[in-house]
Amino acid sequence: MSTNPLEKIFVKGNEAVAMGAIEAGCRCYFGYPITPQSDIPEYLSRELPLLGGEFIQAESEIGAINMLLGASATGVRAMTSSSGPGISLKQEGISYMAGSELPGVIVDVMRAGPGLGGIDASQADYWQATRGGGHGGYRIIVLAPSSVQEMYDLTMLAFDLSDIWRIPAMVLADSVIGQMKESVTPNPRPETVLPAKEWVVRGREDGEPQNVVKSLYLGDGEMEKFHWKMLARYQELAEKECRWEEVQTSDAELIVTAFGSTARIAKTAVAMAREAGIKVGLMRPITLFPFPKKTYAALSARCKHFLAIELSTGQMIDDVRLSVARDADVDFYGRPPGAGSLPTPEELFEQIKKNYRARA
Amino acid sequence: MKQVFTRPESLKDVSTHFCPGCHHGSVHRLVADALDAFGIRSQTIGVASVGCSVFLYGYFDVDVIEAPHGRAPAVATGAKRARPDRIIFTYQGDGDLAAIGMSEIIHAANRGEDITVIFVNNTTYGMTGGQMAPTTLPGQKTSTSPYGRDTSKDGSPFKMAELLSNLDGVAFSARVALNSPKNVLNAKKMINTAFRYQVEKKGFSFVEALASCPTNWGMSPLDANQRVTDEMIPYFPLGIFKNTAQL
Repeated sequence: MSTNPLEKIFVKGNEAVAMGAIEAGCRCYFGYPITPQSDIPEYLSRELPLLGGEFIQAESEIGAINMLLGASATGVRAMTSSSGPGISLKQEGISYMAGSELPGVIVDVMRAGPGLGGIDASQADYWQATRGGGHGGYRIIVLAPSSVQEMYDLTMLAFDLSDIWRIPAMVLADSVIGQMKESVTPNPRPETVLPAKEWVVRGREDGEPQNVVKSLYLGDGEMEKFHWKMLARYQELAEKECRWEEVQTSDAELIVTAFGSTARIAKTAVAMAREAGIKVGLMRPITLFPFPKKTYAALSARCKHFLAIELSTGQMIDDVRLSVARDADVDFYGRPPGAGSLPTPEELFEQIKKNYRARA
Repeated sequence: MKQVFTRPESLKDVSTHFCPGCHHGSVHRLVADALDAFGIRSQTIGVASVGCSVFLYGYFDVDVIEAPHGRAPAVATGAKRARPDRIIFTYQGDGDLAAIGMSEIIHAANRGEDITVIFVNNTTYGMTGGQMAPTTLPGQKTSTSPYGRDTSKDGSPFKMAELLSNLDGVAFSARVALNSPKNVLNAKKMINTAFRYQVEKKGFSFVEALASCPTNWGMSPLDANQRVTDEMIPYFPLGIFKNTAQL
């Protein structure tokens, strides 16, 4: 593997996640094998010991997320990764981490579900990821890469955002991005100003305050106060950290919106449509939480026609509808997850033509 | 006059929420004594579990992570791997460790994590009001075994100290009781030994403490102490089941 940051390398999406984590300073990884993300623990089981780090193949996804909780509580950067069924098992721990205001990175390389489902591309964990996923009412930061380069870059960003906001962060990828190979520039870790972790458990020296990492709030009004505090934090997060990509939206009469692997297929379809003289653009949210609501609102002040495309029967479309102006229409083209559900650019081009004409 | 009995430095000067006659306070005291004896309070991180032991952070003057129900050994694993220079202990009850957390304790023990586990076995779920635990004795009536634990349907109580001693990763495993001065003195010795294992980096150490729960047993504290002798110790024998380094 090249160590020259300027030299491009050709790697799988899952490997790029592992490399991004190492570059971000993550030295503790806890995981459990599940397709289609096992390249991540395989890579880190090889590389972390060489860097003086810790790799544990946990007894379960529950074990892994709680090891992440314990490591994060001491202030180090730590990560776990999984896919649908395993992410479901981690929800208990994610809820406790959210309740304890602990940072930590969770990678979900989505596979088809529910249940055991299948190992094909899916975006049907959108709700689970963006609504918190576990009990009690909380949100986590959710980043959606649509290239192998972004698998690398957004994993690093996930560590920074999680540390800054004291909110668990998830990289929500899918089996297409996880398994495909692309060239990647292994960018150096961004020079982010990070807050001191004064809250970590470290052993209590005389005169120092006792630090407790907990999510139990029994005192009168304590729990309510926590929820209002977190709401304010989520709102500030939305103000400052929304990320998205727009392609040819300025004169678009139809804006296609999609995330992750679907967005890159849609991008090609949009280019095909432009060549055919159709005024279409693409809005790709990169942060799914916080969702770039204001951008949708601004776009919909001019363009009244959106088409949401997802590898599900429609989940992100809820957020699109909540974000656009009331007089804007949001159509949907969905491919429920599973073998053969991945649309071709030509199929999406046909869909764009259909929706464009219908509203013309 | 010479003061011969004082509060350990590792315990805060506060009242506990424990019921009269409950042995949790005694176990807290002995753990704190061990931290004081080795002078490791400032290096120690406790991992609290769910149940009556959840308020660990309110009583121990050490940094504490509160783990989800049953997950304390996994949380402790993460903390110890991240900070191998710290002393990490978990403090768990029988429902937490031997039911919902069975997987986490078995695997942490089997990996030989360099942590100390204090397991308080009072044969019932104390915090939730006295339901049947994985260590509830055969025939014992609880709020969810109103006709007595039926081993043909509920299985038999887990003997955790013996079970764990069979794992290669376990360095020290012992069972103690707290219902008499003699037993308390022995418990103090065993808990000290368990922490000595970690201080000397000699591997995973485990102490099971047989404890009373007068409230949920529906007994006076003295009758509850007697029950430990009459019913618990015959089923859960006291002793050392593993001591690899002969500490």
